[in-house]
Amino acid sequence: METVKENRGAATSANTTEKKLKITGAEAIIHCLLHEDVDLLYGYPGGAIMPVYDELYKFQDKLTHILTRHEQGATHAAQGYARVSGRVGVAMATSGPGATNLVTGLADAQIDSTPMVCITGQVPRHLLGSDAFQETDIIGISTPVTKWNYQITRASEIPEIMAKAFYIAKSGRPGPVLIDITKNAQFEEMDFSYEKCTGVRSYMPSTKPDQAALKAAAELINSAKKPYIVWGQGIILGEAEEELKALIEKAGIPAAWTIMGESAIPTDHPLNVGMVGMHGNYGPNVLTNECDLLLAIGMRFDDRVTGRLEDYATQAKVIHFEIDPAEVNKNVKADVAVLGNAKETLAELLPLVDANSHESWHQEFKAKDKIEYDTVIKNDIHPTKEGLTMGEVIEEINIASKSNAVIVTDVGQHQMIACRYAKFAQTKSNITSGGLGTMGFALPAAIGAKMGAMDREVVAIIGDGGYQMTIQELGVIHQHQVPVKIVVLNNDHLGMVRQWQELFFDKRYASTVMVNPDFVKIAEGYHIEAKRVTERKDLKATVQKMMASDKPYFLEVKVEKEDNVFPMIPSGAAVSEIRLK
Amino acid sequence: MEKKWFTISVYSENNVGLLNRISGIFLKRHINIESLNVSKSEIDGVSKFTIVVHTTLKWVQNIVGQVEKQIEVIKAFYHTDDETIYQESALFKVASNLLFDERQIQNIIKESNSQIVTVSREFFVLAKSGRRFEIDEMYEQLKPFGIMQFVRSGRISVTKDEMPITALLQEFQH
Repeated sequence: METVKENRGAATSANTTEKKLKITGAEAIIHCLLHEDVDLLYGYPGGAIMPVYDELYKFQDKLTHILTRHEQGATHAAQGYARVSGRVGVAMATSGPGATNLVTGLADAQIDSTPMVCITGQVPRHLLGSDAFQETDIIGISTPVTKWNYQITRASEIPEIMAKAFYIAKSGRPGPVLIDITKNAQFEEMDFSYEKCTGVRSYMPSTKPDQAALKAAAELINSAKKPYIVWGQGIILGEAEEELKALIEKAGIPAAWTIMGESAIPTDHPLNVGMVGMHGNYGPNVLTNECDLLLAIGMRFDDRVTGRLEDYATQAKVIHFEIDPAEVNKNVKADVAVLGNAKETLAELLPLVDANSHESWHQEFKAKDKIEYDTVIKNDIHPTKEGLTMGEVIEEINIASKSNAVIVTDVGQHQMIACRYAKFAQTKSNITSGGLGTMGFALPAAIGAKMGAMDREVVAIIGDGGYQMTIQELGVIHQHQVPVKIVVLNNDHLGMVRQWQELFFDKRYASTVMVNPDFVKIAEGYHIEAKRVTERKDLKATVQKMMASDKPYFLEVKVEKEDNVFPMIPSGAAVSEIRLK
Repeated sequence: MEKKWFTISVYSENNVGLLNRISGIFLKRHINIESLNVSKSEIDGVSKFTIVVHTTLKWVQNIVGQVEKQIEVIKAFYHTDDETIYQESALFKVASNLLFDERQIQNIIKESNSQIVTVSREFFVLAKSGRRFEIDEMYEQLKPFGIMQFVRSGRISVTKDEMPITALLQEFQH
């Protein structure tokens, strides 16, 4: 057990001789954060959280607080930070509207399993339930979108609950935790001591791999003729990249990724066959329905991945490697389920599988790749038509960044194009809102991603629609000189909705046309260097200039207004019914 | 898939907010909770939710998985009616004069195996435990005479087989 004395902030360290046993709840919160190795948090102050902000002021040399321009931005920044660093992201807000503004970020973190702790102020205990100023039932509101939440009404509860919050957020299948702290608990004095949480009796974050299941899995793998892996974010969250690589290389299994699993294995790895799902690659989707064994590793068979469930891989045996027991058999029935952290299960599986190459099976992927390249990819990244495509912008970013950038995307056409064409050499490099599909995610998430990986280049790729949902976070980039690169792919439409309207609603473009402001001027208004590209001849040089800059940089590319993203599995169709045009 | 009656038993910590968290799982899936009972369990300090739903096996499995995933839930199980011993309780408040004036009332009390809980000048209260249909039957019989108040509890149930939680909980207690 550590005592508060060992972890005093600078503001009080001058008084080390003074044996101060009691501290306020507000100060205790700061010490809890420091004990959890938090050195950065995002938030927005307000009445019910002011005592904590007062302590943040005193501890600012140990704990950096970034004032986002909206609480939603704080959550997405915390998510971006968590996703690149593997650490817990922290966001803070006041009661009432401050707290409700966190909800989208909580829901996003919940569905994408992002470790995050949100701290909200609350009206004093004696006013709970009185409809006091800025009182809202954030516990009730956040319950369906948090892994755990708790309302602290006494200062003495703070250390144990905060320790539990961080433990729950990070362990097992990670997720967001919200801690609501009444104002009286922030003012009250308490004796502080901190003990990290190592277990909760009603919560089993992960199980040891079951040997019988591993053996059954290995037998299926060793006898399969056309084994196929689809991995998800579980590989990244479990830091199982090397174990996965070892497995696919030894057993010679072609492996595809869900959008959340992208970058776990380098794009140019010969066994990395690409993306599954609605706008995934042709081969990985079609061949899902031709493999004889499907190994699903750290993925949850989202409907955007499976298409019509009744016709998803029905010919194949399925092995599901999964940390969350509730995911097993939820959407797709597993013939063998291997519960546990992918890092452990894959490591224990490896010695049980035979070396293999499955050469002719690989050729099937290559043949499909050629079809997709000729009909879709070539025109996307090396277009011959006049208008600029989103794909060629991504390709220029690949070239300029040497595939080493963290790519943060928003939601829509640009997201699908970026995930399809961005190249990655390192893991934890594709940061996107996968499950919830939150427009407005990218700009604040890119800020968090940059702060979580200062040594890496971070490029936010955003559509003109989503950009305007959190555009105010340019203020953070300016104030803190966060050297992120912002690329807005502007087609003056809500492109993905427009694409659906074109394909499925007889081109009735209901509310998808955008009359946009001068984005360059807006960026310049925040003193961010900004450039607009409207012609192909200027693209390469401008992207290179942007990537060479060590400052924040804004680039708007005016792209073709009515381009569509293909391939596409129409909603309700089977993966094998994927359309190339 | 055919809909059936299932009894979900949830062993949990006794915490504020857990009921909301559990009921939210049903809400999100648009599945109605037919009855709900919360009580202590056979283990000290462990609460037990008994929830009855009418749904498919696939959904009850999904729900139990999601319920069990909640941090403060220790273990959740589902059982069909033939795997459990279950009943409900009901209270009937009836005007006292009926007890003396209507001979038939006395027969109903006797035949239904209900107990008289209290008798006052104005009313008397009958308690009946049993299957839903027995309580419904008694209700229909009393209704013509006038029921001043009626209430029926949620289902309570125990399983015929051992709940595989006992060993797990014994571990906690050490």
